[in-house]
Amino acid sequence: MASQAGQDAKFFTRGKIQEFRAELQAAESKDKKFVKRKTVLKKIVANITMGNDMSPLFTDVVQCLGIPLIEIKKMVYLFLVSYGRSKGEQIHLVIPSFLQDCNDRNPLVRALAIRTMSYIPIPVVIDALTEQLRHCLKDRDPYVRKTAAICVAKLFTADPRKAERGGFVEMLRDLLLDANATVVSNAVAALSEIGDRQDGVIFKLNLTVANRLLQALTESSEWGQIYILDSLLRYVPEKHADAELMAERVVVQLSHANSAVVLTSIKVLLYLMNYMENRKLIDYICKKMGPPLVTILSSGPEVQYVALRNILLIIQRRPNVLKNDVKVFFCKYNDPIYVKLAKLEIMYRLAREENAREVLAELQEYASEVDVDFVRKAVRSIGRLAIKVEAAADLCIKTLLDLIETKVTYVVQEAVIVIKDVFRRYPGKYEGIIPTLCENLDALDEPESKAAMIWIVGQFADRIENADELMDDLTFTFMEEPVEVQLALLTAAVKVFIHKAQSETSKAIVHKVLKWATEEVDNPDLRDRGFMYWRMLAINPTVAGEIVLAEKPAITTDSDRMDRGALDQLLLHTGTLGSIYHKNPETFIRNAAGKALADSPALNPLSRQVLVSVARPSLPSAVNVPGPGPPEPTRDGATAIDSKPTPPIPADGEGDADASSSGDHSGDADGEEDHITAATSVVAPGGDPYANLGNAFGTYAADEPKPHTNDLLF
Amino acid sequence: MNNLYIVAVTKCNANAALVFEYCYRFISIAKSYFGKVDEEAVKNNFVLIYELIDEIIDFGYPQNSEIDTLKTYITTESIMSTATAIEESSKITTQATGATSWRRADVKYKKNEAFVDVVETVNLSKGATGHTIRAEVDGHILMRAYLSGTPECKFGLNDKLVIDKNDHGGMGDAVELDDCRFHQCVRLDEFDSSRTISFIPPDGEFELMRYRSTRNVKLPLRVIPTVNEMGTTQVSYIVNVKADFNNKLSATNVVIRIPTPLNTTSVDCKVPSGKAKYVPAENMVVWKIPRIQGGAELTFSGLAQLTSTTTRQVWARPPIDVDFQVLMFTSSGLIVRFLKVFEKSNYNSIKWVRYLTKASGTYQIKF
Repeated sequence: MASQAGQDAKFFTRGKIQEFRAELQAAESKDKKFVKRKTVLKKIVANITMGNDMSPLFTDVVQCLGIPLIEIKKMVYLFLVSYGRSKGEQIHLVIPSFLQDCNDRNPLVRALAIRTMSYIPIPVVIDALTEQLRHCLKDRDPYVRKTAAICVAKLFTADPRKAERGGFVEMLRDLLLDANATVVSNAVAALSEIGDRQDGVIFKLNLTVANRLLQALTESSEWGQIYILDSLLRYVPEKHADAELMAERVVVQLSHANSAVVLTSIKVLLYLMNYMENRKLIDYICKKMGPPLVTILSSGPEVQYVALRNILLIIQRRPNVLKNDVKVFFCKYNDPIYVKLAKLEIMYRLAREENAREVLAELQEYASEVDVDFVRKAVRSIGRLAIKVEAAADLCIKTLLDLIETKVTYVVQEAVIVIKDVFRRYPGKYEGIIPTLCENLDALDEPESKAAMIWIVGQFADRIENADELMDDLTFTFMEEPVEVQLALLTAAVKVFIHKAQSETSKAIVHKVLKWATEEVDNPDLRDRGFMYWRMLAINPTVAGEIVLAEKPAITTDSDRMDRGALDQLLLHTGTLGSIYHKNPETFIRNAAGKALADSPALNPLSRQVLVSVARPSLPSAVNVPGPGPPEPTRDGATAIDSKPTPPIPADGEGDADASSSGDHSGDADGEEDHITAATSVVAPGGDPYANLGNAFGTYAADEPKPHTNDLLF
Repeated sequence: MNNLYIVAVTKCNANAALVFEYCYRFISIAKSYFGKVDEEAVKNNFVLIYELIDEIIDFGYPQNSEIDTLKTYITTESIMSTATAIEESSKITTQATGATSWRRADVKYKKNEAFVDVVETVNLSKGATGHTIRAEVDGHILMRAYLSGTPECKFGLNDKLVIDKNDHGGMGDAVELDDCRFHQCVRLDEFDSSRTISFIPPDGEFELMRYRSTRNVKLPLRVIPTVNEMGTTQVSYIVNVKADFNNKLSATNVVIRIPTPLNTTSVDCKVPSGKAKYVPAENMVVWKIPRIQGGAELTFSGLAQLTSTTTRQVWARPPIDVDFQVLMFTSSGLIVRFLKVFEKSNYNSIKWVRYLTKASGTYQIKF
């Protein structure tokens, strides 16, 4: 087939509407095998591709629908998908052809027809489609059924009311039990799509259905497996054993060639582990997850990056995974920069006393590379390593001093920034290197490094002989400095004054700086701090000294670890965009529904303690869906369905009151076995869905793959 | 790729891994339909591309992406929607949605053959002190199956094969794989329970298995560099290369790239075999050796002259990079023991196995 490759490039020339129309009309006579019309249509499609408006040709193109040639039909349909939306008043012309095709004997044509119709979201077409879809969902051909399943999701986007009223959700639910795995997986995909909508139904799985889906897993295409695996997060295990059995079946999928299958399996496993009790099994699964993750690192760089960002989350929640594999994250010389930065972060996380030496040797190499961002991050990682692994601190400091020797300005600046934190972590241990730092004062021209150096001068003024002179130089440009540096100068001036009360210079400096801060500067922070120091010094200099030089809390590396509840929640998004940004989707996508671990008797107590609840945004109160299943999520309704092992009940949320009452309902779920609880949305008290998050993301910004701005600062 | 960008857009929290996998798959489908993928090819086949996209993805959900199946109904020839086509279509739809969506039922060959290529890429990173920072084999088992009917295949590797080293301990000379991943045709549950690799292969070429090994990696080329910066004007190089494998085999297409400082003016090279040339644009000496016999040892010696520069920047010393290919050799030690084909009609099939170990931009020695 490759031999007779297309020769269609010639069609990419801008054409006039009139010409095409004339050509189409001329082609109606003597068009052997429709070659002429095919050519004109190709020209038209080429023009659509180039962005030229071909919609005036609507009626002319539609005429071609009668031609019994699939290729032509597909081109006409393509035209309709492009312009049907804007031609609402003429679209009725094509409805009969659509309907005819929907009942064609060829299943490919039937599927094509509904697929095309579902892409034209205007009422006339949707109405016609709704009718046809009912038959197509029960078509004897699986290809048509699987196409129809996705069409339901599209119908939902176009007109959710109609789709719900039409009972399509129930029909999809029936497809979950279809004999054909492809149909099942597409039905799952469609239901998930609908379930993710804020105004959609709630899609949950019970044990029976989840197990049926698992059976279909082995027969599904790789993509189908992803949809099915993904949907397993909608099943909330009520017993440890249920979660454990399911995990054992999912583990097998970790050897799949498709990295998306692997990552989605990992997501399911991480999720199920929250409901498991058997430590041995949990350890076994953790062990099993490592190698496939490493293997993904030999895929294309984009896939690698997705894996790396996820690994960063996974190792924080399950430190056993990849514990001994820090070497695989060593950067290759030709890795793209975004991969390198992501690896660096993981290297730091995996660093322990046992491997610190190796890691440090690597970091030292990186510090001499050419990419400035990468070098900076490498230098900073050395400092963070010193803070994290006490046993390696000496070596790290030595390395940092060697790096300062290079006099490469950005290396020196980064080194100064981290050394400041090292001083705080190990008070009284490394102050001996201060003179070396002071030698490099002139190299510092960035606010952050300058502020760090000033902090050091102020804090250790008693050990720096010429601290007052240094301060005198530094304050020389006070008025031109950025606020960050000004604040540091102000505090340092006060500290130097306290340390060296006898020095005339320090007295003069503090006076000068306080005056500037309170009288010349417009920044309120600076002014307030200036006044505060001034008054303290005026009232009682001794007490002021005690306050300003008060003992600081020890610095730890805990602050750059994510909070467990937030991690649990983020890991529900493993493999998705959210997992790359390390943000919950509702924070960066409008209308995205949040996810949270659902409580159940099997949920492990620690996870329950840090449970983050997600508010389901208030629904339009007018939604009233007569469907099967209980109109109100009451216990009676639920038990009634319990008797027949049919799948999830699409329950409807009906306004705030209901949503919160159902929240209460799920709270006492202890007695309920594997039946379907409708609506388990839990509304956070006070309406703030992030109340429990604290500033988990604030300190976590350190993990963003960009040069640091604020890690490990107080 | 070829100045083309494959772009996917989304409005929701899409599965990023799936999106990237799909993009790669799209490229491979496009390649198999019209050879190379560039602007010209896209323009020449735009109608076909529209058709393909319509078929392989629906509303953002990838559907059937099996090239073999797609080719049965998305072709460059014209299809009439007549009665005769309908029977054919039903066959297609059953296959496109069936459990073995990757294979047609009616494949026929006069001669039944299967080719297995074991291709290993060695990732090596050696530190300046000569210790191995990382040595890893990234292995791919590619199969070209030209087998009639619906053949049931069983595939066997080394007898002493440890696939999950966590399960057992080190086992001396056994070949250990850290991880392996399979084409979707392989029954994963069977592999999990009994370690047998059984499958019904797609027709034609596909990647059966991918694996990774970090234990007992045999490095085919041993490279020992000695580099001295003599003052600020000269750098001397001695790079010793030894072919560490059976002398019946040989490494071919060997390219050794030796970095030089940015301010190099000329390099005086001496080599016993092949050609070495200083390439100023890339700041390196490129030494090309068409063939190195197993056991052979070659030494490069060179002297780089530097201009004096006012700003003395430290030379980052990028690693030496070696590309090569060694046929009939596997770094991991992996061997295909058998490939059995069972089919109803009980035909005989011929199987061929080839091994290749190579490196291309992944074999790096720091100095």
